[in-house]
Amino acid sequence: MAHTAAPHGGHGPNDHGHHDDHHDHESIKVLGFWMFLITDVILFGTLFATFSVLHNSTNGGPTPHEMFEMPGVIAETFILLTSSFTSGLAVLFMHKGNKKGLIGWLIVTALLGASFIFLEVSEFLKMVDEGVKISTSGYWSSFFTLVGTHGLHVSVGLVWMIALMIQIGKRGINPVTKRKVTIISLYWHFLDVVWIFVLTVVYLMGVM
Amino acid sequence: MANHNSHAHDEHESHGSLKSYVIGFVLSIVLTILPIVVVMNDMMDKTPTIIFILIMAVLQFVIQLFFFMHLREDKKPRYNVMALIFGLVILVTIIAGSIWIMTYNAVG
Repeated sequence: MAHTAAPHGGHGPNDHGHHDDHHDHESIKVLGFWMFLITDVILFGTLFATFSVLHNSTNGGPTPHEMFEMPGVIAETFILLTSSFTSGLAVLFMHKGNKKGLIGWLIVTALLGASFIFLEVSEFLKMVDEGVKISTSGYWSSFFTLVGTHGLHVSVGLVWMIALMIQIGKRGINPVTKRKVTIISLYWHFLDVVWIFVLTVVYLMGVM
Repeated sequence: MANHNSHAHDEHESHGSLKSYVIGFVLSIVLTILPIVVVMNDMMDKTPTIIFILIMAVLQFVIQLFFFMHLREDKKPRYNVMALIFGLVILVTIIAGSIWIMTYNAVG
């Protein structure tokens, strides 16, 4: 019994203020999210590696050159880039303590994200209509897996963002919701960075 | 006085400022338009184009890390930077290794 009591008692003199502890606790969670992002970098890295290895494996079927329609892809690119910027504006308003500005810019970000997903899904459906499926060839398997995994990340981010807006609406801006907004904006910027590489490696190199 | 001002400025920067987001956004747009224009108009040969658009993508990655994700603004030691560098080493190993093996060492 004395054993278990001793370390607990020794804790007292080192006790920092409650507020400091709380702040440290939230910043360690942000660091933890960086660790998740880095594992996600490796996930996308393996998908990009697979795609690069299979980039000529169309098995005599449709080539990316025939299938890609760049106007839609360029629109998706600028929509996602702008949404990355607006999610940053949301963080700025949060630090000013402006709840309306925060939720407003999160809504703009989510709407842009939803238009991105809408364009991407229509692009995929059109491809399937024209006879290109995930089973068509090695190239198209790796294409749909890579681009689809990115689209899935954006879709999950949308659901997450809507849930977070509801929570901020109920609880306001406090250290916990601040940390959550910081994390989702990191996630959103990260997805934009991944898309830049999708645009470069998949689409621009595909139509060259 | 000058010292005091620069300190206050630093503190403001730690949450990112409107200025840093706007600069990051404008640079990102430029770095997106350049490769699209070069590829869509066939302005260069194939290999130079690939090198050019990859450099543009990496530059945009770096710009978003600093201007949007505020990589350097955490307290020291910056574990996120160390982890990111480690992640990038793994990333380059996976991608370059896969391409190298499948291009030059395929059996048959």
